[in-house]
Amino acid sequence: MTEFAARDAARAGVAASAPTPARPSRSWTEIGSEIGDRVYSWSIVGFASLVPILLLTIFVAVGVAAWPALRTFGFSFVTSSDWDPVAQHFGAAPAIYGTLVSSILALIIATPLALGVAVFLSEFAPPWLRQPVAFTVDLLAAVPSVIYGVWGMYVLVPVLRTHVMPFLRDTLHLGVLPLFSGVAYGPSMFAAGLILAIMCLPYISAVTREVLAAVPRSQREAALALGATRWEVIRDAVIPYARSGIIGGIMLGLGRALGETMAVTMLIGNRHEIAASLFAPGYTMASLIANEFSEATGDLHLSALMAVGFVLLLVTFLVNAAARWLVWQTARER
Amino acid sequence: MTGVVPNKSTGAGRPRASSPISGHPGAIVARQFSFWYGAKQALHEIDFAIQPRSITALIGPSGCGKSTFLRSINRLNELIPGVRREGGIELDGADVYDSSVDVVALRQRVGMVFQRWNPFPKSIYANVAYGPRINGVRDRHELDLIVETSLRRAALWEEVRDRLRESATSLSGGQQQRLCIARALANEPEVLLLDEPASALDPISTQRVEELLYELKQQLTVVIVTHNLQQAARISDNTAFFFLGRLVEAGPTDQIFTNPHEERTDAYVTGRFG
Repeated sequence: MTEFAARDAARAGVAASAPTPARPSRSWTEIGSEIGDRVYSWSIVGFASLVPILLLTIFVAVGVAAWPALRTFGFSFVTSSDWDPVAQHFGAAPAIYGTLVSSILALIIATPLALGVAVFLSEFAPPWLRQPVAFTVDLLAAVPSVIYGVWGMYVLVPVLRTHVMPFLRDTLHLGVLPLFSGVAYGPSMFAAGLILAIMCLPYISAVTREVLAAVPRSQREAALALGATRWEVIRDAVIPYARSGIIGGIMLGLGRALGETMAVTMLIGNRHEIAASLFAPGYTMASLIANEFSEATGDLHLSALMAVGFVLLLVTFLVNAAARWLVWQTARER
Repeated sequence: MTGVVPNKSTGAGRPRASSPISGHPGAIVARQFSFWYGAKQALHEIDFAIQPRSITALIGPSGCGKSTFLRSINRLNELIPGVRREGGIELDGADVYDSSVDVVALRQRVGMVFQRWNPFPKSIYANVAYGPRINGVRDRHELDLIVETSLRRAALWEEVRDRLRESATSLSGGQQQRLCIARALANEPEVLLLDEPASALDPISTQRVEELLYELKQQLTVVIVTHNLQQAARISDNTAFFFLGRLVEAGPTDQIFTNPHEERTDAYVTGRFG
């Protein structure tokens, strides 16, 4: 050690101990634990910011890749129905429409079913039946979507075309509505919505089951003690209390439906057209990207597909934000 | 609130409801009533008559069957899986466990208030109107009237009359508990069961609830489970001491607190155990 260094060290030691002469300078363990605290706090901040950063980079990367197409077509990209790779003109309206309609259709079918399953399992089913049925419903979420696609193609679609669609259109006379009119194609918006309903059902029902089970006993007893029947207890005390959680579950299902690719691609018919009838084929954003990505010719085509992805990202983002807001609103009403 | 502050400890000469059991509606008689949770017996052959139009306090250490007995009167306990009972409990001379009894109708005649206030996450109005509504009262004016009357009886009307549409959970704890009492009263019950209604309330709110019960006993039978012996002594006409699932002693409150027949009762009310 040089003279200067020794003097500096001595001075530093004096300076450090000067304000509190009674206490010796801090021990190595103290310093070590302080460094440990810092390292720890910085690393968890790092991990926590990793997720938003990742999301942001995805948005930016897709946005940059989509930019040429968005610049070329402007707003007409989301309003035009003309998707022509040969003429290098791209409008994604049918895919956007198809994504929204198939998902909403899925929710309309799945929500009452899922609520019914959840209410039955948590309130009515005998204990020995609960576990097996709950397990089976949860298992629906574990089936790979390509299996749903294959099953849909070979089982669901033929039945829809030969029985269900004619029944709805002719026997029930729903054909007077544009939604149920026209030729009963097998692969159609209707088939896609149906398969999506089956796919989001386990999510909605699992979440609903959990939130129903979490309703405090005091709420049920309050209604029972006032002379409510079993059904009135569920309708008036249990479900309203669980409402925000149920909405959360439905939105989770919607998120699943919006992004689902494989099964929908196999069943929706992949036609670039907005049809009034649910029985006609359509397209979704996810299936459009999946179908054309490998054979995209030219930069503008690729960019247009990226732009479709960008819109899909935006739509799911908005739906989730709306769901958050809705859950927050209903939770606040308490 | 007219506010009669009952002061039972010195009120030995106060007239007591001593009419015959069968006279007024709201008389409860337990006959050899036993209750089991699975293999565990919670109540042992309870024989007990509760006077109509009076306040009966059920006292005793925790886990001695007071709440079980209370919840047996409106059959709220039978929803728990694995429970079993023997003997019966009569309300106005008819066994509530008889197979002909409609449980829903029974629970409309026997109101209940719980330890932890449990209003529905709905408006104040909707909470009070809930009972009448499920009983088929649809008429707007009739409901308005019931809500107002019930809230007045629960001494809450003046505090909430301008905010009936606000959420019940925006009220303070003491107000929520009185709202729960109003909700029970809206069904016009003959009997009001209270399971430690004031144990989570501050002293002022507790006093309000006690005053309220004192008013209510003019019209209905009040049965209250309490761990607070002063409260039992202050407000009740009769007291029953439960210990280890048995009814050790029941009688006029003055007698139970000043001159109990049983050694265990004496030990409990003087604070030597419990």
